[in-house]
Amino acid sequence: MSPPRAAAPDRLSLDALIDDPGTSIIVCCGSGGVGKTTTAAALALRAAERGRRVVVLTIDPARRLAQAMGLRELDNTPRTVKGVGRKAGGSLDAMMLDMKRTFDEVVEAHATPEKAAQIRANPFYDAMSSSFSGTSEYMAMEKLGQLRAQASVPGGTGDRDWDLIVVDTPPSRSALDFLDAPRRLSSFLDGRFIRLLMGPAKAGGRAYLRVFSSAVGGITGLMTKLLGAQVLKDVQAFVAALDTMFGGFRDRAEQTYTTLQADGTAFIVVAAPDPDALREASYFVERLSSEAMPLAGLVLNRVQTTPLATLGAERSAAAAEQLDEDGEHPLTAVLLRLHADRMRRVVREQAVAARFTAAHPTVPVVRVPARAQDVHDLVGLRGIGEDLA
Amino acid sequence: MPTADRRPARGPGHSSDFEGVRLHVVTGKGGTGKTTVAAALALALASGGRRTLLVEVEDRQGIARLFDVPPMPYAERKVAVAPDGGDVLALAVEPRAALMEYLDLFYKLGRAGRVLERIGAVDFATTIAPGLRDVLLTGKVYEAVRRRKQGVAVYDAVVLDAPPTGRITRFLNVNSEVSGLAKVGPVRKQADAIMRVLTSPATAVHLVTLLEEMPVQETVDGVASLTAAGLPVGGVIVNQVRDELLPGPALTAAGKGALDADGVRQGLAAARLVRGDGGAAMVDGLLEEAGWHSARVRLQRREHRQLKQLGHPMYSLGYLPGGVDLGGLYDLAEQMCAQELA
Repeated sequence: MSPPRAAAPDRLSLDALIDDPGTSIIVCCGSGGVGKTTTAAALALRAAERGRRVVVLTIDPARRLAQAMGLRELDNTPRTVKGVGRKAGGSLDAMMLDMKRTFDEVVEAHATPEKAAQIRANPFYDAMSSSFSGTSEYMAMEKLGQLRAQASVPGGTGDRDWDLIVVDTPPSRSALDFLDAPRRLSSFLDGRFIRLLMGPAKAGGRAYLRVFSSAVGGITGLMTKLLGAQVLKDVQAFVAALDTMFGGFRDRAEQTYTTLQADGTAFIVVAAPDPDALREASYFVERLSSEAMPLAGLVLNRVQTTPLATLGAERSAAAAEQLDEDGEHPLTAVLLRLHADRMRRVVREQAVAARFTAAHPTVPVVRVPARAQDVHDLVGLRGIGEDLA
Repeated sequence: MPTADRRPARGPGHSSDFEGVRLHVVTGKGGTGKTTVAAALALALASGGRRTLLVEVEDRQGIARLFDVPPMPYAERKVAVAPDGGDVLALAVEPRAALMEYLDLFYKLGRAGRVLERIGAVDFATTIAPGLRDVLLTGKVYEAVRRRKQGVAVYDAVVLDAPPTGRITRFLNVNSEVSGLAKVGPVRKQADAIMRVLTSPATAVHLVTLLEEMPVQETVDGVASLTAAGLPVGGVIVNQVRDELLPGPALTAAGKGALDADGVRQGLAAARLVRGDGGAAMVDGLLEEAGWHSARVRLQRREHRQLKQLGHPMYSLGYLPGGVDLGGLYDLAEQMCAQELA
């Protein structure tokens, strides 16, 4: 690690990152509503037009952004994005994550057809595959693992010619969920409770059984009382059916986790210049560093800008007031007020960003100016890409 | 608390569009200020000497930050006072604690509860089991809404800072999923009772949005999915609305880059911001900003029209130039009372 500096942070150069053939996975993280998906898409497009063969995995794109990339349906299959400049020899495929279908695929890959059918028929499967807390995080990681396995990157088979995978992350309440959810899932699947549900036979050796046998009876009785016998039976059947897949789940979660720590992976933390989003970004940056996961830098989205930074808010507002008092130049007075409002926002955002930088002086930052309109075509994405460069 | 001269206008004759609503659910896309709006609503509803509970369920301690108090334990605590004696209490619901409380309340578990904890059943229930976490959270809210002391409701209103628009229908509807899974038993009975309250006229789900494309689209989608699930949509609350300072013709001209540059230069000279022939850069800068403002206003108007078509009552909250602090909350509460949201 380089020593902390007091000066402004380095500017994050994403061109250097995407041009480096050693970069094979880029993960865009951040709390909800900060423009993660747009950032991921813009970065993927830019990389493709600079010669990389890119696949971008988006989680929940806004409808018009999805349309801009030719993603009309949520079908879990990467499709070539039309209109991407191919002069540099690159290409762009894009896909939207279908959580349920990815879960189905995992089940099919790990269970016999007969078992898979059993699992899918259980009333708990539907709930688990769509509303399970952490399912979308787990499935995003699973999909990343699948894409990587086929790609032309270290560890991949090269069946597909992708040499860069860009991943958007689910709109969780916290950016940390992306790292925590898969582990939570595998630790649950290893848990004693699950073994208990599957009956004494699975609860371990005999000594273990003796200690817990009374508890088991009590717990099962209690669960029956709470939920009704039929629910417990459904849960038990479900867990028993999933049993064969547990190892697979855990191994894959661990594997993907290791991939995220490997050379060639880069995390980009996305935030908006408001205190909540930057606080989340801070947590995430700290967590990445403690997990030895490689952080490329921070993208600060939707930053207010002004072509007239030399005219301060106070001076501008005072001048407007003076004109009003004199009853002259009403248009100029309004323009000065607009400028004063803008300057106040600019200054406040700078203060919030400065707090982040003071806490994380070595994290490079790139700012993307706020736009009047959302982005919903490749031209707009290219514009964002230029700001990111 | 800085309440001296900030009095939400909620006198005896005050009327509200949501009279009779006991549970106000506040949702919105991430970044739209839903926690701020929920807090201000709790404050507005408390004015007039009433008592409200503000509940958060997302483990973020957003309420503590907003009211500038230490992180909240799992307990109802007073966080603000409305000037005329109303109280706002707040609660950060923590699923594990809610589960233990629930088991204790209904089943007098004691030691068995600790066994459940030890074998990982509590983990299972609160972080992993399909939707159980949401069952517990909505269950706690339901309990607070229904709680009575000596025949009188403890809270005049409960305001829930709910999960974001994308997850709200699933969150509120989780108990009907439970009903689908558990055909009998006390859990089933509880789930049915919660759904009855959530789908009744005693509940209103408000959607917070900004006048921007994605939040508006999410609001439109959210209203559709809530309606389809039979959940009562309340108001659409437009947050951070900025004043349209430029009069109509000037706004159009600004959008076309056709404002009177020379007039502006003279204005700047009159205000002594520029001297002589100088100031071209300042004029250009101001005109460029005016153009951006014009584009923004046109977008806002378009989004506003789209929201209006939803046919639900709309409320506008002004942009707080100083950022959100306690004073800002009182300010927003006042705007809510004035528009009869509260």
